[in-house]
Amino acid sequence: MRLLYFAWVKEKTGIGAEDIDIPASVTTVAELMAWLKTRGPEFEHAFARSEVIRAAIDQSHVRHDAHLAGAREIAFFPPVTGG
Amino acid sequence: MIRVQQEDFDIGVEIAALKAGRTDIGAVVAFLGTVRDQDGAIAALTLEHYPGMTERELGRIEAEAQARWTLQASLIVHRVGTLRPSDNIVLVLTASAHREAAFAAAEFLMDYLKTRAPFWKRESGPDGSRWVEANAKDDAAGGRWRTSKDAAE
Repeated sequence: MRLLYFAWVKEKTGIGAEDIDIPASVTTVAELMAWLKTRGPEFEHAFARSEVIRAAIDQSHVRHDAHLAGAREIAFFPPVTGG
Repeated sequence: MIRVQQEDFDIGVEIAALKAGRTDIGAVVAFLGTVRDQDGAIAALTLEHYPGMTERELGRIEAEAQARWTLQASLIVHRVGTLRPSDNIVLVLTASAHREAAFAAAEFLMDYLKTRAPFWKRESGPDGSRWVEANAKDDAAGGRWRTSKDAAE
């Protein structure tokens, strides 16, 4: 699965994109964020305030209870500030 | 039509292109967003985005506006990269037969873009740089266009 990070989420994790195998027990966006937090201090820091982080599956906004089944690309980012 | 680009744009050229060869347009509304300095605190604004999703999301927002109002044409141009105070950031054009649809659709496009299009601003100035925080007022402005169908999603 391809994971993407943007803005301060990217800054804190230290990477913009990675291809990774996630455990079968991780089935939702919220579970994925909880699992990512266990990957080291950078990820723990990046996802510490996971409630404010927004997610997209295959380039569509999703809620934290969205299921990951069939997802190819999952992105994590702060609330958007364009315009 | 939507475009994401580093280069500046010319509002007059864009309006002329939107109207070119058409005689059914009675109203064009333009919104131009520019970089605002805050008493010398902002030297530069850098816009990051999510290539691919940005274009999809802007296209979706534009399609939603076209579904809600009768528009003859519309355009969203958003810049990315590093900008300076007074530089152009975003242009929204809407064209319709009468002004009501163009005014409403332009406001809708900006409100939705502000809350849904994946862009992030980083400000830098004499005191260092920081990510701009999302504005609750923008969320409220985006929320007022929501339908009961959106709320269920």
